[in-house]
Amino acid sequence: MSLIINHVSYYYNKNTAMEIKALDDVSFKIEDGEFLALIGQTGCGKSTLVQHLNGLLKPHEGAIYFNGENIADKDFDLHTYRGKVGLVFQYPEHQLFEEDVFTDVCFGPKNLGLPQSEVELRAYEALKQVGIADEYFYQSPFDLSGGEKRRVAIAGVLAMKPEVLILDEPTAGLDPKGRDDLLHLIRNLHDKNGITVILVTHSMDDVAAFADRILVMNAGQLVFDDEPRNVFANEEYLNRIGLSVPEVTRIMHLLYQKGLPVRQDAITIEEGLQACLEILR
Amino acid sequence: MLRDITLGQYYPTDSVLHRLDPRVKLLGTIVFLLSLFLFQNFTGYIIATVFLVSMILLSRVPFSFMVRGLKAVVILLAITVLINLFATPGIPLVSFWKFTITKEGIRSAAFMMLRLIYLIIGSSIMTLTTTPKNLTDGMEKSLSPLSKIKVPVHEIAMMMSIALSFIPILLEETDKIMKAQMARGADFESGNLFKRIKNMVPLLVPLFISAFRRANDLALAMEARCYQGGNGRTKMKPLKYHLRDLAAYLILALYLAATIVLPRIPALKL
Repeated sequence: MSLIINHVSYYYNKNTAMEIKALDDVSFKIEDGEFLALIGQTGCGKSTLVQHLNGLLKPHEGAIYFNGENIADKDFDLHTYRGKVGLVFQYPEHQLFEEDVFTDVCFGPKNLGLPQSEVELRAYEALKQVGIADEYFYQSPFDLSGGEKRRVAIAGVLAMKPEVLILDEPTAGLDPKGRDDLLHLIRNLHDKNGITVILVTHSMDDVAAFADRILVMNAGQLVFDDEPRNVFANEEYLNRIGLSVPEVTRIMHLLYQKGLPVRQDAITIEEGLQACLEILR
Repeated sequence: MLRDITLGQYYPTDSVLHRLDPRVKLLGTIVFLLSLFLFQNFTGYIIATVFLVSMILLSRVPFSFMVRGLKAVVILLAITVLINLFATPGIPLVSFWKFTITKEGIRSAAFMMLRLIYLIIGSSIMTLTTTPKNLTDGMEKSLSPLSKIKVPVHEIAMMMSIALSFIPILLEETDKIMKAQMARGADFESGNLFKRIKNMVPLLVPLFISAFRRANDLALAMEARCYQGGNGRTKMKPLKYHLRDLAAYLILALYLAATIVLPRIPALKL
Protein backbone atom coordinates (compact mmCIF):
# COMPACT_ATOMS: atom_id res chain seq x y z
CA MET A 1 0.00 0.00 0.00
CA SER A 2 1.25 3.44 -0.79
CA LEU A 3 -0.62 6.69 -0.92
CA ILE A 4 0.93 9.67 -2.65
CA ILE A 5 -0.55 13.14 -2.44
CA ASN A 6 0.97 15.12 -5.26
CA HIS A 7 0.64 18.94 -5.39
CA VAL A 8 -3.03 18.93 -4.43
CA SER A 9 -5.03 22.17 -4.37
CA TYR A 10 -8.72 22.53 -3.67
CA TYR A 11 -11.09 25.52 -3.66
CA TYR A 12 -14.49 26.00 -2.08
CA ASN A 13 -17.05 28.01 -4.08
CA LYS A 14 -14.70 27.95 -7.04
CA ASN A 15 -15.22 30.79 -9.52
CA THR A 16 -17.46 32.88 -7.28
CA ALA A 17 -16.84 35.88 -5.04
CA MET A 18 -16.75 33.50 -2.07
CA GLU A 19 -13.88 31.44 -3.45
CA ILE A 20 -11.59 30.09 -0.73
CA LYS A 21 -8.42 28.14 -1.33
CA ALA A 22 -8.79 25.34 1.20
CA LEU A 23 -5.75 23.33 0.10
CA ASP A 24 -2.70 24.98 -1.37
CA ASP A 25 -0.22 22.75 -3.17
CA VAL A 26 -0.11 19.96 -0.59
CA SER A 27 2.30 17.07 -1.20
CA PHE A 28 3.28 14.13 0.99
CA LYS A 29 3.47 10.37 1.03
CA ILE A 30 1.99 7.80 3.37
CA GLU A 31 3.83 4.54 3.91
CA ASP A 32 2.46 1.21 5.03
CA GLY A 33 2.04 0.83 8.79
CA GLU A 34 2.71 4.44 9.75
CA PHE A 35 1.01 6.28 12.59
CA LEU A 36 0.55 9.80 11.30
CA ALA A 37 -0.87 12.79 13.11
CA LEU A 38 -2.41 15.70 11.25
CA ILE A 39 -2.59 18.91 13.24
CA GLY A 40 -3.54 22.50 12.56
CA GLN A 41 -5.86 25.27 13.63
CA THR A 42 -9.60 25.00 13.01
CA GLY A 43 -10.27 25.90 9.39
CA CYS A 44 -6.74 25.20 8.16
CA GLY A 45 -7.90 22.52 5.72
CA LYS A 46 -7.41 19.31 7.71
CA SER A 47 -10.90 17.98 7.13
CA THR A 48 -10.76 18.95 3.46
CA LEU A 49 -7.48 17.07 3.06
CA VAL A 50 -8.84 14.04 4.84
CA GLN A 51 -11.86 13.92 2.53
CA HIS A 52 -9.50 13.92 -0.44
CA LEU A 53 -7.67 10.89 0.88
CA ASN A 54 -10.93 8.95 0.85
CA GLY A 55 -11.99 10.16 -2.60
CA LEU A 56 -14.96 12.17 -1.35
CA LEU A 57 -13.52 15.36 -2.78
CA LYS A 58 -11.59 15.56 -6.02
CA PRO A 59 -8.59 17.87 -6.18
CA HIS A 60 -8.88 20.86 -8.52
CA GLU A 61 -5.14 20.72 -9.11
CA GLY A 62 -2.73 17.86 -8.54
CA ALA A 63 -3.57 14.21 -7.95
CA ILE A 64 -3.69 11.44 -5.39
CA TYR A 65 -2.19 8.06 -6.23
CA PHE A 66 -3.11 4.82 -4.48
CA ASN A 67 -0.62 2.07 -5.39
CA GLY A 68 0.26 4.08 -8.46
CA GLU A 69 -3.30 4.64 -9.66
CA ASN A 70 -4.86 8.08 -9.79
CA ILE A 71 -7.98 7.86 -7.64
CA ALA A 72 -9.70 10.59 -9.66
CA ASP A 73 -9.57 8.47 -12.83
CA LYS A 74 -12.91 7.54 -14.34
CA ASP A 75 -12.21 3.81 -14.29
CA PHE A 76 -10.80 3.81 -10.77
CA ASP A 77 -12.96 1.71 -8.44
CA LEU A 78 -13.75 4.25 -5.71
CA HIS A 79 -16.23 1.92 -4.08
CA THR A 80 -13.62 -0.69 -3.18
CA TYR A 81 -11.10 2.04 -2.43
CA ARG A 82 -13.34 3.54 0.24
CA GLY A 83 -13.33 0.16 1.92
CA LYS A 84 -9.53 0.17 1.94
CA VAL A 85 -9.14 3.72 3.18
CA GLY A 86 -11.65 4.02 6.01
CA LEU A 87 -12.65 7.50 7.13
CA VAL A 88 -14.20 8.18 10.52
CA PHE A 89 -15.73 11.66 10.46
CA GLN A 90 -15.95 14.10 13.33
CA TYR A 91 -18.81 13.12 15.62
CA PRO A 92 -19.33 9.89 13.69
CA GLU A 93 -22.21 8.90 15.98
CA HIS A 94 -24.40 11.31 13.97
CA GLN A 95 -24.35 8.90 11.06
CA LEU A 96 -26.00 6.00 12.90
CA PHE A 97 -29.39 5.20 11.45
CA GLU A 98 -30.34 1.52 11.74
CA GLU A 99 -32.77 -0.05 14.17
CA ASP A 100 -30.09 -1.90 16.06
CA VAL A 101 -26.37 -1.66 16.64
CA PHE A 102 -25.45 -4.83 14.79
CA THR A 103 -27.34 -3.97 11.59
CA ASP A 104 -25.78 -0.51 11.59
CA VAL A 105 -22.27 -1.95 11.71
CA CYS A 106 -23.24 -4.35 8.89
CA PHE A 107 -24.00 -1.39 6.60
CA GLY A 108 -20.39 -0.80 5.52
CA PRO A 109 -19.33 -4.37 4.67
CA LYS A 110 -22.73 -4.99 3.05
CA ASN A 111 -22.11 -2.08 0.70
CA LEU A 112 -18.85 -3.73 -0.30
CA GLY A 113 -20.96 -6.56 -1.71
CA LEU A 114 -19.70 -9.29 0.59
CA PRO A 115 -21.77 -12.43 1.33
CA GLN A 116 -24.07 -12.13 4.35
CA SER A 117 -22.07 -14.55 6.51
CA GLU A 118 -18.88 -12.56 5.93
CA VAL A 119 -20.72 -9.31 6.60
CA GLU A 120 -21.98 -10.57 9.96
CA LEU A 121 -18.63 -12.03 10.92
CA ARG A 122 -16.90 -8.73 10.24
CA ALA A 123 -19.54 -6.75 12.13
CA TYR A 124 -19.14 -9.08 15.09
CA GLU A 125 -15.35 -8.77 15.05
CA ALA A 126 -15.47 -5.00 14.72
CA LEU A 127 -17.89 -4.61 17.62
CA LYS A 128 -15.68 -6.86 19.75
CA GLN A 129 -12.61 -4.83 18.77
CA VAL A 130 -14.16 -1.59 19.97
CA GLY A 131 -15.32 -3.27 23.16
CA ILE A 132 -19.10 -3.31 22.72
CA ALA A 133 -20.61 -6.14 24.77
CA ASP A 134 -22.99 -8.70 23.22
CA GLU A 135 -26.03 -7.48 25.12
CA TYR A 136 -25.91 -4.15 23.27
CA PHE A 137 -25.94 -5.74 19.81
CA TYR A 138 -29.69 -5.68 19.35
CA GLN A 139 -30.40 -2.41 21.09
CA SER A 140 -31.21 0.77 19.23
CA PRO A 141 -27.99 2.75 18.70
CA PHE A 142 -29.85 5.84 19.88
CA ASP A 143 -30.25 4.38 23.38
CA LEU A 144 -26.50 4.12 23.97
CA SER A 145 -24.32 6.65 25.75
CA GLY A 146 -22.25 9.15 23.77
CA GLY A 147 -19.00 7.19 24.11
CA GLU A 148 -20.67 3.91 23.16
CA LYS A 149 -22.34 5.46 20.13
CA ARG A 150 -18.98 6.71 18.98
CA ARG A 151 -17.41 3.28 19.33
CA VAL A 152 -20.28 1.71 17.39
CA ALA A 153 -19.77 4.27 14.63
CA ILE A 154 -16.05 3.50 14.50
CA ALA A 155 -16.87 -0.21 14.37
CA GLY A 156 -19.02 0.62 11.35
CA VAL A 157 -15.87 1.69 9.52
CA LEU A 158 -13.61 -1.01 10.97
CA ALA A 159 -16.00 -3.68 9.74
CA MET A 160 -14.91 -2.78 6.21
CA LYS A 161 -11.40 -3.91 7.22
CA PRO A 162 -9.57 -0.83 5.99
CA GLU A 163 -5.82 -0.83 5.38
CA VAL A 164 -5.67 2.84 6.22
CA LEU A 165 -7.83 4.28 8.97
CA ILE A 166 -8.34 8.03 9.08
CA LEU A 167 -9.93 9.49 12.20
CA ASP A 168 -11.03 13.13 12.27
CA GLU A 169 -10.84 14.31 15.88
CA PRO A 170 -12.17 11.04 17.25
CA THR A 171 -11.93 12.08 20.90
CA ALA A 172 -13.81 15.39 20.63
CA GLY A 173 -16.47 15.68 23.31
CA LEU A 174 -15.57 12.45 25.15
CA ASP A 175 -14.83 12.23 28.87
CA PRO A 176 -11.22 11.42 29.94
CA LYS A 177 -11.91 7.71 30.26
CA GLY A 178 -13.68 7.55 26.91
CA ARG A 179 -10.71 9.37 25.39
CA ASP A 180 -8.12 7.02 26.85
CA ASP A 181 -10.09 3.94 25.84
CA LEU A 182 -10.47 5.19 22.31
CA LEU A 183 -6.80 6.14 21.93
CA HIS A 184 -5.73 2.75 23.20
CA LEU A 185 -8.10 1.11 20.79
CA ILE A 186 -6.53 3.07 17.94
CA ARG A 187 -3.04 2.21 19.11
CA ASN A 188 -3.98 -1.47 19.28
CA LEU A 189 -5.40 -1.38 15.77
CA HIS A 190 -2.11 0.06 14.60
CA ASP A 191 0.24 -2.17 16.60
CA LYS A 192 -1.61 -5.50 16.41
CA ASN A 193 -3.56 -5.33 13.16
CA GLY A 194 -0.95 -3.34 11.29
CA ILE A 195 -3.45 -0.70 10.15
CA THR A 196 -1.96 2.56 8.91
CA VAL A 197 -3.48 5.31 11.04
CA ILE A 198 -3.95 9.00 10.29
CA LEU A 199 -5.15 10.85 13.35
CA VAL A 200 -6.49 14.38 13.09
CA THR A 201 -6.30 15.95 16.53
CA HIS A 202 -5.91 19.07 18.61
CA SER A 203 -4.16 17.35 21.48
CA MET A 204 -0.38 17.74 21.25
CA ASP A 205 0.08 15.31 24.12
CA ASP A 206 -1.71 12.58 22.16
CA VAL A 207 0.40 13.38 19.13
CA ALA A 208 3.61 13.12 21.14
CA ALA A 209 2.54 9.85 22.71
CA PHE A 210 1.34 8.06 19.58
CA ALA A 211 2.51 9.46 16.27
CA ASP A 212 5.62 8.49 14.29
CA ARG A 213 5.27 11.51 12.10
CA ILE A 214 3.38 14.80 12.16
CA LEU A 215 1.87 16.80 9.36
CA VAL A 216 1.22 20.40 10.35
CA MET A 217 -1.14 22.51 8.28
CA ASN A 218 -1.65 26.24 8.23
CA ALA A 219 -4.01 28.16 5.93
CA GLY A 220 -4.27 25.29 3.46
CA GLN A 221 -0.53 24.68 3.26
CA LEU A 222 1.50 21.84 4.65
CA VAL A 223 4.12 23.59 6.79
CA PHE A 224 5.77 20.63 8.55
CA ASP A 225 6.15 16.97 7.67
CA ASP A 226 8.53 15.54 10.24
CA GLU A 227 9.06 13.53 13.43
CA PRO A 228 7.23 14.91 16.49
CA ARG A 229 10.50 15.85 18.20
CA ASN A 230 11.65 18.00 15.31
CA VAL A 231 8.28 19.65 14.90
CA PHE A 232 7.93 20.49 18.57
CA ALA A 233 11.34 22.17 18.57
CA ASN A 234 9.64 25.12 16.84
CA GLU A 235 7.50 26.28 19.73
CA GLU A 236 7.42 29.90 18.73
CA TYR A 237 6.31 29.19 15.18
CA LEU A 238 3.67 26.71 16.31
CA ASN A 239 2.26 29.29 18.72
CA ARG A 240 2.12 31.80 15.92
CA ILE A 241 -0.10 29.51 13.82
CA GLY A 242 -2.42 28.80 16.74
CA LEU A 243 -0.87 25.52 17.87
CA SER A 244 1.18 24.56 20.88
CA VAL A 245 3.72 21.98 22.06
CA PRO A 246 3.06 19.18 24.57
CA GLU A 247 2.86 20.32 28.20
CA VAL A 248 6.14 18.59 29.02
CA THR A 249 8.04 20.32 26.23
CA ARG A 250 6.61 23.63 27.38
CA ILE A 251 7.80 22.97 30.94
CA MET A 252 11.28 22.01 29.72
CA HIS A 253 11.51 25.21 27.73
CA LEU A 254 10.44 27.27 30.76
CA LEU A 255 12.91 25.49 33.03
CA TYR A 256 15.67 26.24 30.57
CA GLN A 257 14.70 29.90 30.45
CA LYS A 258 14.85 29.98 34.27
CA GLY A 259 18.47 28.81 34.04
CA LEU A 260 18.27 25.04 34.46
CA PRO A 261 20.40 23.33 31.81
CA VAL A 262 17.80 20.64 30.94
CA ARG A 263 17.55 18.99 27.55
CA GLN A 264 14.71 20.52 25.64
CA ASP A 265 13.73 17.77 23.26
CA ALA A 266 11.49 15.90 25.72
CA ILE A 267 7.98 15.41 24.35
CA THR A 268 6.53 12.77 26.68
CA ILE A 269 6.32 12.67 30.45
CA GLU A 270 8.90 9.84 30.67
CA GLU A 271 11.39 11.81 28.61
CA GLY A 272 10.73 14.88 30.72
CA LEU A 273 11.42 12.88 33.85
CA GLN A 274 14.67 11.56 32.36
CA ALA A 275 15.76 15.05 31.40
CA CYS A 276 15.15 16.30 34.93
CA LEU A 277 16.93 13.34 36.51
CA GLU A 278 19.94 13.89 34.27
CA ILE A 279 20.68 17.34 35.67
CA LEU A 280 19.98 16.25 39.25
CA ARG A 281 22.61 13.53 39.11
CA MET B 1 -20.94 19.09 -3.44
CA LEU B 2 -23.94 20.70 -1.76
CA ARG B 3 -21.80 23.53 -0.51
CA ASP B 4 -21.76 24.90 -4.04
CA ILE B 5 -25.49 25.59 -3.99
CA THR B 6 -26.01 29.29 -3.44
CA LEU B 7 -29.25 29.13 -1.53
CA GLY B 8 -30.77 32.23 -0.06
CA GLN B 9 -28.91 33.66 -3.05
CA TYR B 10 -27.18 36.45 -1.17
CA TYR B 11 -24.15 37.72 -3.05
CA PRO B 12 -21.72 39.47 -0.69
CA THR B 13 -20.20 42.57 -2.19
CA ASP B 14 -20.37 46.28 -1.49
CA SER B 15 -22.71 48.35 -3.61
CA VAL B 16 -25.29 51.08 -3.24
CA LEU B 17 -28.04 48.50 -3.50
CA HIS B 18 -26.45 46.39 -0.77
CA ARG B 19 -26.40 49.37 1.55
CA LEU B 20 -29.99 50.43 0.94
CA ASP B 21 -32.52 49.92 3.70
CA PRO B 22 -34.29 46.57 3.17
CA ARG B 23 -37.67 48.29 3.36
CA VAL B 24 -36.79 50.35 0.31
CA LYS B 25 -35.75 47.24 -1.55
CA LEU B 26 -38.91 45.36 -0.56
CA LEU B 27 -41.16 48.19 -1.71
CA GLY B 28 -38.98 48.74 -4.77
CA THR B 29 -39.30 45.12 -5.80
CA ILE B 30 -43.07 45.19 -5.35
CA VAL B 31 -43.32 48.42 -7.34
CA PHE B 32 -41.17 46.99 -10.12
CA LEU B 33 -43.15 43.76 -10.30
CA LEU B 34 -46.46 45.63 -10.35
CA SER B 35 -45.22 48.11 -12.92
CA LEU B 36 -44.61 45.27 -15.36
CA PHE B 37 -48.36 44.77 -15.54
CA LEU B 38 -49.17 48.42 -16.12
CA PHE B 39 -48.28 48.66 -19.80
CA GLN B 40 -48.68 46.74 -23.02
CA ASN B 41 -46.32 48.48 -25.43
CA PHE B 42 -42.64 48.98 -26.23
CA THR B 43 -42.31 52.34 -24.50
CA GLY B 44 -43.15 50.69 -21.20
CA TYR B 45 -40.64 47.92 -21.79
CA ILE B 46 -37.94 50.38 -22.71
CA ILE B 47 -38.46 52.23 -19.42
CA ALA B 48 -38.50 48.96 -17.46
CA THR B 49 -35.37 47.74 -19.27
CA VAL B 50 -33.49 50.95 -18.55
CA PHE B 51 -34.50 50.72 -14.91
CA LEU B 52 -33.60 47.03 -14.58
CA VAL B 53 -30.26 47.36 -16.36
CA SER B 54 -29.25 50.27 -14.18
CA MET B 55 -30.19 48.26 -11.08
CA ILE B 56 -28.12 45.31 -12.31
CA LEU B 57 -25.16 47.59 -12.88
CA LEU B 58 -25.63 49.30 -9.51
CA SER B 59 -25.81 45.98 -7.66
CA ARG B 60 -22.35 44.93 -8.89
CA VAL B 61 -23.51 41.31 -8.87
CA PRO B 62 -22.22 39.37 -11.90
CA PHE B 63 -24.96 38.99 -14.50
CA SER B 64 -24.35 35.23 -14.67
CA PHE B 65 -25.59 34.98 -11.08
CA MET B 66 -28.92 36.55 -11.97
CA VAL B 67 -29.45 34.40 -15.00
CA ARG B 68 -28.98 31.34 -12.82
CA GLY B 69 -32.44 31.90 -11.36
CA LEU B 70 -33.92 31.67 -14.87
CA LYS B 71 -32.80 28.09 -15.38
CA ALA B 72 -35.47 26.86 -13.00
CA VAL B 73 -38.29 28.37 -15.06
CA VAL B 74 -37.11 27.62 -18.60
CA ILE B 75 -39.93 25.12 -19.16
CA LEU B 76 -42.57 27.48 -17.81
CA LEU B 77 -41.18 30.18 -20.08
CA ALA B 78 -41.27 27.94 -23.12
CA ILE B 79 -44.87 26.89 -22.50
CA THR B 80 -46.05 30.47 -22.00
CA VAL B 81 -44.33 31.63 -25.15
CA LEU B 82 -45.76 28.79 -27.23
CA ILE B 83 -49.31 29.29 -25.99
CA ASN B 84 -49.14 33.02 -26.63
CA LEU B 85 -47.59 32.46 -30.02
CA PHE B 86 -50.26 30.10 -31.33
CA ALA B 87 -53.38 31.00 -29.40
CA THR B 88 -53.60 34.75 -29.97
CA PRO B 89 -56.19 35.70 -32.59
CA GLY B 90 -55.30 38.41 -35.15
CA ILE B 91 -53.75 38.93 -38.55
CA PRO B 92 -52.21 35.57 -39.64
CA LEU B 93 -48.57 35.65 -40.70
CA VAL B 94 -47.56 32.02 -41.11
CA SER B 95 -49.78 28.97 -40.89
CA PHE B 96 -49.09 25.27 -41.13
CA TRP B 97 -51.31 22.29 -40.38
CA LYS B 98 -53.59 23.44 -37.54
CA PHE B 99 -51.32 26.18 -36.26
CA THR B 100 -51.34 29.83 -37.17
CA ILE B 101 -48.88 32.43 -35.99
CA THR B 102 -50.34 35.91 -35.89
CA LYS B 103 -48.68 39.28 -35.66
CA GLU B 104 -50.42 39.84 -32.33
CA GLY B 105 -49.23 36.40 -31.23
CA ILE B 106 -45.58 37.27 -31.77
CA ARG B 107 -46.06 40.52 -29.97
CA SER B 108 -47.79 39.08 -26.93
CA ALA B 109 -45.39 36.12 -26.76
CA ALA B 110 -42.42 38.48 -26.72
CA PHE B 111 -44.03 40.69 -24.10
CA MET B 112 -44.96 37.75 -21.94
CA MET B 113 -41.47 36.31 -22.11
CA LEU B 114 -39.87 39.64 -21.25
CA ARG B 115 -42.32 40.15 -18.42
CA LEU B 116 -41.55 36.77 -16.86
CA ILE B 117 -37.79 37.21 -17.21
CA TYR B 118 -37.97 40.69 -15.70
CA LEU B 119 -40.11 39.40 -12.84
CA ILE B 120 -37.51 36.82 -11.94
CA ILE B 121 -34.44 39.01 -12.38
CA GLY B 122 -36.17 41.85 -10.57
CA SER B 123 -36.91 39.79 -7.50
CA SER B 124 -33.54 38.05 -7.53
CA ILE B 125 -31.81 41.44 -7.40
CA MET B 126 -33.45 41.91 -4.02
CA THR B 127 -32.38 38.55 -2.58
CA LEU B 128 -28.90 38.87 -4.09
CA THR B 129 -28.27 42.22 -2.45
CA THR B 130 -30.01 41.71 0.90
CA THR B 131 -28.93 39.31 3.64
CA PRO B 132 -31.76 37.06 4.86
CA LYS B 133 -31.42 38.72 8.26
CA ASN B 134 -31.94 42.16 6.80
CA LEU B 135 -34.79 40.96 4.69
CA THR B 136 -36.77 39.62 7.64
CA ASP B 137 -35.95 42.75 9.61
CA GLY B 138 -37.33 44.85 6.80
CA MET B 139 -40.45 42.72 6.58
CA GLU B 140 -41.02 42.85 10.29
CA LYS B 141 -40.74 46.60 10.31
CA SER B 142 -42.89 47.13 7.24
CA LEU B 143 -45.61 44.83 8.55
CA SER B 144 -45.47 46.07 12.13
CA PRO B 145 -48.72 48.07 11.83
CA LEU B 146 -50.47 44.71 11.42
CA SER B 147 -49.60 43.82 14.99
CA LYS B 148 -52.29 46.29 16.06
CA ILE B 149 -54.85 43.84 14.70
CA LYS B 150 -53.16 40.98 16.58
CA VAL B 151 -51.12 39.55 13.71
CA PRO B 152 -48.02 38.02 15.39
CA VAL B 153 -45.65 39.92 13.11
CA HIS B 154 -42.56 39.50 15.29
CA GLU B 155 -43.12 35.78 15.72
CA ILE B 156 -43.62 35.27 12.00
CA ALA B 157 -40.45 37.23 11.25
CA MET B 158 -38.53 35.26 13.89
CA MET B 159 -39.70 31.95 12.44
CA MET B 160 -38.72 33.12 8.99
CA SER B 161 -35.25 34.16 10.03
CA ILE B 162 -34.72 30.91 11.95
CA ALA B 163 -35.89 28.92 8.95
CA LEU B 164 -33.60 30.88 6.67
CA SER B 165 -30.59 30.52 8.92
CA PHE B 166 -31.24 26.79 9.19
CA ILE B 167 -31.11 26.25 5.44
CA PRO B 168 -27.31 26.44 5.15
CA ILE B 169 -26.87 24.54 8.42
CA LEU B 170 -29.06 21.68 7.26
CA LEU B 171 -27.44 21.70 3.84
CA GLU B 172 -24.05 21.36 5.46
CA GLU B 173 -25.37 18.63 7.73
CA THR B 174 -26.80 16.77 4.74
CA ASP B 175 -23.47 17.09 2.99
CA LYS B 176 -21.63 15.75 6.02
CA ILE B 177 -23.92 12.78 6.62
CA MET B 178 -23.95 11.97 2.93
CA LYS B 179 -20.16 11.90 2.89
CA ALA B 180 -20.01 9.87 6.08
CA GLN B 181 -22.32 7.25 4.56
CA MET B 182 -20.43 7.34 1.27
CA ALA B 183 -17.28 6.64 3.25
CA ARG B 184 -19.10 3.53 4.43
CA GLY B 185 -19.78 2.58 0.83
CA ALA B 186 -23.30 3.99 0.48
CA ASP B 187 -24.40 4.77 -3.05
CA PHE B 188 -26.78 7.67 -3.64
CA GLU B 189 -26.44 7.93 -7.38
CA SER B 190 -27.27 4.68 -9.12
CA GLY B 191 -30.22 2.30 -9.23
CA ASN B 192 -33.88 2.71 -10.16
CA LEU B 193 -36.25 5.11 -8.43
CA PHE B 194 -37.38 2.63 -5.79
CA LYS B 195 -33.84 1.65 -4.94
CA ARG B 196 -32.72 5.24 -4.78
CA ILE B 197 -35.49 6.12 -2.35
CA LYS B 198 -34.49 3.16 -0.22
CA ASN B 199 -30.87 4.31 -0.36
CA MET B 200 -31.92 7.65 1.12
CA VAL B 201 -32.82 6.08 4.47
CA PRO B 202 -29.23 6.23 5.80
CA LEU B 203 -29.26 9.93 4.97
CA LEU B 204 -32.74 10.91 6.10
CA VAL B 205 -32.83 9.21 9.49
CA PRO B 206 -29.69 10.94 10.83
CA LEU B 207 -30.77 14.21 9.20
CA PHE B 208 -34.15 14.24 10.95
CA ILE B 209 -32.58 13.31 14.24
CA SER B 210 -30.08 16.12 13.91
CA ALA B 211 -32.75 18.64 12.87
CA PHE B 212 -34.83 17.82 15.92
CA ARG B 213 -31.78 17.96 18.16
CA ARG B 214 -30.81 21.35 16.79
CA ALA B 215 -34.34 22.72 17.09
CA ASN B 216 -34.47 21.54 20.67
CA ASP B 217 -31.07 23.04 21.49
CA LEU B 218 -32.03 26.34 19.91
CA ALA B 219 -35.31 26.51 21.84
CA LEU B 220 -33.44 25.85 25.08
CA ALA B 221 -30.76 28.42 24.26
CA MET B 222 -33.43 31.05 23.50
CA GLU B 223 -35.29 30.31 26.71
CA ALA B 224 -32.07 30.43 28.70
CA ARG B 225 -31.65 33.98 27.41
CA CYS B 226 -35.20 34.87 28.49
CA TYR B 227 -36.70 35.09 25.01
CA GLN B 228 -40.39 35.86 25.37
CA GLY B 229 -41.46 36.97 21.95
CA GLY B 230 -41.67 40.46 20.57
CA ASN B 231 -43.09 42.41 23.52
CA GLY B 232 -40.76 45.18 24.58
CA ARG B 233 -37.94 43.76 22.51
CA THR B 234 -35.46 46.24 21.07
CA LYS B 235 -33.02 45.78 18.21
CA MET B 236 -29.26 45.89 18.31
CA LYS B 237 -29.20 47.53 14.92
CA PRO B 238 -32.55 49.28 14.42
CA LEU B 239 -33.37 50.09 10.82
CA LYS B 240 -32.90 53.77 10.12
CA TYR B 241 -33.50 55.65 6.90
CA HIS B 242 -30.55 57.49 5.39
CA LEU B 243 -30.44 60.11 2.70
CA ARG B 244 -29.77 57.47 0.04
CA ASP B 245 -32.98 55.67 1.03
CA LEU B 246 -35.02 58.79 0.48
CA ALA B 247 -33.31 59.30 -2.87
CA ALA B 248 -34.17 55.72 -3.74
CA TYR B 249 -37.83 56.28 -2.86
CA LEU B 250 -37.82 59.33 -5.10
CA ILE B 251 -36.34 57.38 -8.00
CA LEU B 252 -38.94 54.68 -7.46
CA ALA B 253 -41.76 57.21 -7.52
CA LEU B 254 -40.39 58.71 -10.73
CA TYR B 255 -40.09 55.27 -12.29
CA LEU B 256 -43.65 54.36 -11.34
CA ALA B 257 -44.98 57.64 -12.69
CA ALA B 258 -43.02 57.14 -15.91
CA THR B 259 -44.40 53.63 -16.45
CA ILE B 260 -47.93 54.85 -15.85
CA VAL B 261 -47.84 58.03 -17.88
CA LEU B 262 -45.37 57.61 -20.79
CA PRO B 263 -46.83 54.46 -22.40
CA ARG B 264 -50.20 56.21 -22.45
CA ILE B 265 -49.07 59.29 -24.37
CA PRO B 266 -50.43 58.71 -27.89
CA ALA B 267 -47.23 59.85 -29.63
CA LEU B 268 -45.21 57.26 -27.68
CA LYS B 269 -47.53 54.30 -28.25
CA LEU B 270 -45.31 51.80 -30.05
